[in-house]
Amino acid sequence: MIEMKDVWKTYPNGVMALNGIDIYIDKGEFVYVVGPSGAGKSTFVKCMYREEKPTKGSILIQGTDLAKLRERHIPKMRRKIGVIFQDFKLLPKLTVYENVAFALEVIEESPKVIRQRVMEVLDLVGLKNKARSFPDELSGGEQQRVSIARSIVNHPPVIIADEPTGNLDPETAWEIMDIFKEINERGTTVVMATHNKDIVNSFKKRVIAIEGGRIVRDEQKGEYGYEI
Amino acid sequence: MKSRTLKRHFAEAFKSLGRNGWMSFASVSAVTVTLLLVGVFLVVLLNLNHLASQIEGDVEIRAYIDRTTKQSEYNDLQQKMEQIPNVNEVKFQSKEDGLQELIKSLGDEGKAFSSLKNENPLPDAFIIKAKKPQDTSTVASEIEKYDHIKKVDYGQGTVERLFKVTGVARNVGLVLIVGLIFTAMFLISNTIKLTILSRRKEIEIMKLVGATNGFIRWPYFIEGFTLGLMGSIIPILVVIFGYEFLHGQVNNQLDTVFVKLLPVYPMVLQLSIMLAVIGGLIGVWGSMTSVRKFLKV
Repeated sequence: MIEMKDVWKTYPNGVMALNGIDIYIDKGEFVYVVGPSGAGKSTFVKCMYREEKPTKGSILIQGTDLAKLRERHIPKMRRKIGVIFQDFKLLPKLTVYENVAFALEVIEESPKVIRQRVMEVLDLVGLKNKARSFPDELSGGEQQRVSIARSIVNHPPVIIADEPTGNLDPETAWEIMDIFKEINERGTTVVMATHNKDIVNSFKKRVIAIEGGRIVRDEQKGEYGYEI
Repeated sequence: MKSRTLKRHFAEAFKSLGRNGWMSFASVSAVTVTLLLVGVFLVVLLNLNHLASQIEGDVEIRAYIDRTTKQSEYNDLQQKMEQIPNVNEVKFQSKEDGLQELIKSLGDEGKAFSSLKNENPLPDAFIIKAKKPQDTSTVASEIEKYDHIKKVDYGQGTVERLFKVTGVARNVGLVLIVGLIFTAMFLISNTIKLTILSRRKEIEIMKLVGATNGFIRWPYFIEGFTLGLMGSIIPILVVIFGYEFLHGQVNNQLDTVFVKLLPVYPMVLQLSIMLAVIGGLIGVWGSMTSVRKFLKV
């Protein structure tokens, strides 16, 4: 599913964010990526959806090498990957429904399919009754659920989340985790960078720890392993 | 592209024009002001050019012929002149015709010369026109070398100065127009950049959910074009009606010095199309250069 071979990333300003990463993530896995701030977590995640291009090495997602991917093939590739951010990245002037439908509009789906799928995912994240609300009328947790709905609406095989619970209180964070659980149980691979110790330690899954741009730990049913 | 998608692009473009009302207004105003300047300059320049060409077109060479020249040598002379590369036309003017023209051009005072008809003091002459008025002096100096030519007259000195003035005026005008258009492009693309800046988040999200660059660009393309086109409306109206008015006022007075302004039609129509095209292109260029920066996510 996802395979990184000897991936290095050095930013133009000289920061060496990744120093030789090798990893294999199987289809349907749930993976936490943990590590102190500035350890290369974000870069690791960004390389997976090709926001950053590795300096060296290869990243295979379903057989496609992102490191060699041509600029114009990136959009096609992104449609296979759902991305979720700490700050939701919703469009403030669009309603919940429109925000989710947006992901299908840009890939030129037919209106009929759009309507059906959007209502489906809104139902899944429990926001069917808020379809007409605007993002600023929603709580943080609800907004994150909208962004999750948007990321899964075109049924990508992989979901990549960069600290999705970072801005949420513990209780809401758990609600979000329930949705990720649900998505994962349906067969979607989930990669989640997180700082949330409670979640990692209670909902036990594979844990990859990154420090200084290297993988220092890779355990099935692992622990968060850091204080705070 | 599916027609549904095209419809969506148009809808998006016009929605954002309305949503960013003040920014759109600012961009349209910027286009309006610059195109107004461009339009006025073009009208003035085209007319100056036209006037200059009329004056230049009047420049001709008179080659006076020795009285001793035989009739058979006239033809040789004419042929020789016609073979000079830059010569457009050689006309013979007999001394009788020459006198007639002189009398006519002097008006009332000319009548005093009528008595000269029996004893015409003027020589026969060839009137030569160069293909390009600027070549006149070269041609004249060539003809001057021929036998049987008594004198060559083309307004020496004055003509050279005239060409210098018209040449400089044309170049200055061209530089001004190009400068204006560049300023316009700068001004407008900067204004449009601001409107797009506020939408970089939207572009970022579009890219993350897998929109192609082409898909993202379309609405901006339409928007830029519309802004530019809207900005050209007032300049076009000003050019059409302003020039029609000016032409009515000035042209009759110019008649006394034997020159004319360019006719109102088709010039104003050509100018209008030109302004609309410049406006549209500048708008498109402005929005495309601004979007390009944000497409690299």
